[in-house]
Order: sequence, then structure tokens, then C-alpha cells
Amino acid sequence: MVSDTSRALPPVTQTAVASMAFVIAGGIYLAAYLPHQPEVVLPSVLISVGAVLLLVAGSMLLRLRNFAWDRFFQVSGWALVAYLVIAGLIEFVLLVDQTRGPLLTLMTIVLTVFAIDIPIVLGFSVARYQELPSSSPI
Amino acid sequence: MAQAVEEMPLAPAAVAGSASTAQLSVIPLRGLPIVAAVLAFLVAAIAGNWLWALDFLHVAGGGLWTGIDLFVGLVVGPIIGRMSVPARVEFSSRFMPKMVLIMPTLVIITLASGLQLSRNLGDLAVPYPNHWWLVASFIVVGVMAVIALGLLEPANLSVLFELKKPRPNGQLIGKLMRRFVYTAGITGLMQIAILVIMTRIATW
Repeated sequence: MVSDTSRALPPVTQTAVASMAFVIAGGIYLAAYLPHQPEVVLPSVLISVGAVLLLVAGSMLLRLRNFAWDRFFQVSGWALVAYLVIAGLIEFVLLVDQTRGPLLTLMTIVLTVFAIDIPIVLGFSVARYQELPSSSPI
Repeated sequence: MAQAVEEMPLAPAAVAGSASTAQLSVIPLRGLPIVAAVLAFLVAAIAGNWLWALDFLHVAGGGLWTGIDLFVGLVVGPIIGRMSVPARVEFSSRFMPKMVLIMPTLVIITLASGLQLSRNLGDLAVPYPNHWWLVASFIVVGVMAVIALGLLEPANLSVLFELKKPRPNGQLIGKLMRRFVYTAGITGLMQIAILVIMTRIATW
């Protein structure tokens, strides 16, 4: 058994947090226009960058070989349930308030990326410090 | 406050013997029905557009969120930093799991009820320059969300899982606790900005 703390791992957390920052910035821009329809170019760019960064974080994660996947899925599974509920409640408010069109589409993407980013950050942050059966390279 | 944490790194041997770490539960399952009941009340309040309930959830949830953040960041954090190692482990192993349930619940009831309330009261439709106060609140909450979810909560969870190990890494726990105390302090200070903005919006 080896401790993982000294192992060099790809910047999954930093990338996922950057993704979160971009989609939140896009969400703030959209929310600033509520209840009117906003201009969508800038928030679309911000949200797209956030979504791409999420894909990058996911691909870096999937390329890990020697990793505490059981712990990752344990933490990220609970976090995914929690943040799907949270994102679902905010989506529910938007639907109750008759939000429609591009604003609803973009806000749905923001909430989806947000709800996936956080479980990745939490799961990776915990799993990286878990002990592994062997010390083979990443 | 971070100085105090730095002065007292957790020794693995001292941590390993703690009885509380062996019984540590990361998510207190008994609290989940309470969370479910609060969320059901939130959904009913939003669906029914109950003004009193929305106001109650936003004010009570926001007050608790702000109060707990300030109290933990500026009062409890520095105290934990000055505790003896076994006392700090004992306190953290009982305190952190409750925070894992309480804080996300408070955040979602505050945000969801606040959004609906601002629609009902017409606050969202207020023209600029007053509208800047709303935008400022979105920005402060957004920055707090990134700090809390990207730095504070991962540190919190990592400490909890480290404490569950037969021989926890004291150096790692010390490093993560410093991050927890710093970020809790920063979000606590940002909560003061939220208090100013919200009281300004409530009285314009």
C-alpha cells in the first residue's frame, strides 16, 4: 500500500474549478438580464469554454490508471445526487417563472456543467490522497 | 489564524489513536430526512408562490448561511487552530460531517427562494443604477461559490476521509485545515458584503 500524496497527478481539480468559474460567469451575465432575454453571444462563449474545460478535466481523469476509483465514485456519486437536486431546484424555479428560449437553454447548460464539475472536484480531491494497492505509474 | 494552524501540525500517532475517527461518518444519514423535508417545503413554496414561505426561507436560510460562515470563519476556525491535536481531531470528526449536510441545504434554499422572491416582488425588473446592487449580489455569490466548492469543501471532505484512515497523515491534515480556515475566513468576509447588499436592496 502506498500513500498517494507525493504522486504527480494531472490538474483535474484546477481545470474543473476553471470550468466552474466560466459557467458561473456566464450564468451571472444571464441572470443580470432577468426577467428579460439577454444578448447571448458573450455568455455563450463563456459557457462553451466552461463546457470544453469540463471535457478536458473528464478526459484527464479517464486517462488515470492507478487511481482510487472506488473512493472517487463513492464521493462523486453522493455529490452528483446532491448537486443534481440543487441544479434541478434552480431549473424548477426557472420553469415556474416561464423562462423560455435561449435563456432557458443556456441556463440549463450552466446548471448541467455545474452539477458535473463539483462531483469531479470533490471526488478527485478525496481520491488523490487515498492509498493504492501498488505504486505503478499513472 | 492560519499561523495558529501552522504552529500545531497534527501528529499521525496522536490522530491514529482517536476513538472518534474510527466511528467517523462522512454523511450523517439521520439528517437526510430533515434535508428532504426542508427541500419539499421549498418546492411547495415555489410552486405555490407562497410569499410568506419564500420570504421566510430566504431570510432564515440566508441569515443562517451568513451567520454560520462568519462564525466558523472568524470565530471557530481560529479556535480550532489553537486546540490540542486530539481535541482538534475530536471536534473536526464531529463537526465536519454536520457541515456537509447543513451548508449545501442552506445555500440552495436561500438561492432558490431568493430568485423566486425577487421575481414576485419585482426586484429583478428594477432599472439601473439600482439593478447594479442585484448584479453585485450575483457576482459576490458566484465568487463565493467558486471558493467554497472549489477549495473549501474539497479540503473539508479530504480531511474527513484522512481521519478515517488507520494512520492519518498529520502533515496533510494540517495543510488541508489551513486551506479550510483561510477559505472559510475569505467567504466569511464576503458574507459581510452580502449583508450590505441585501439590506440595501430591502430598503431601496
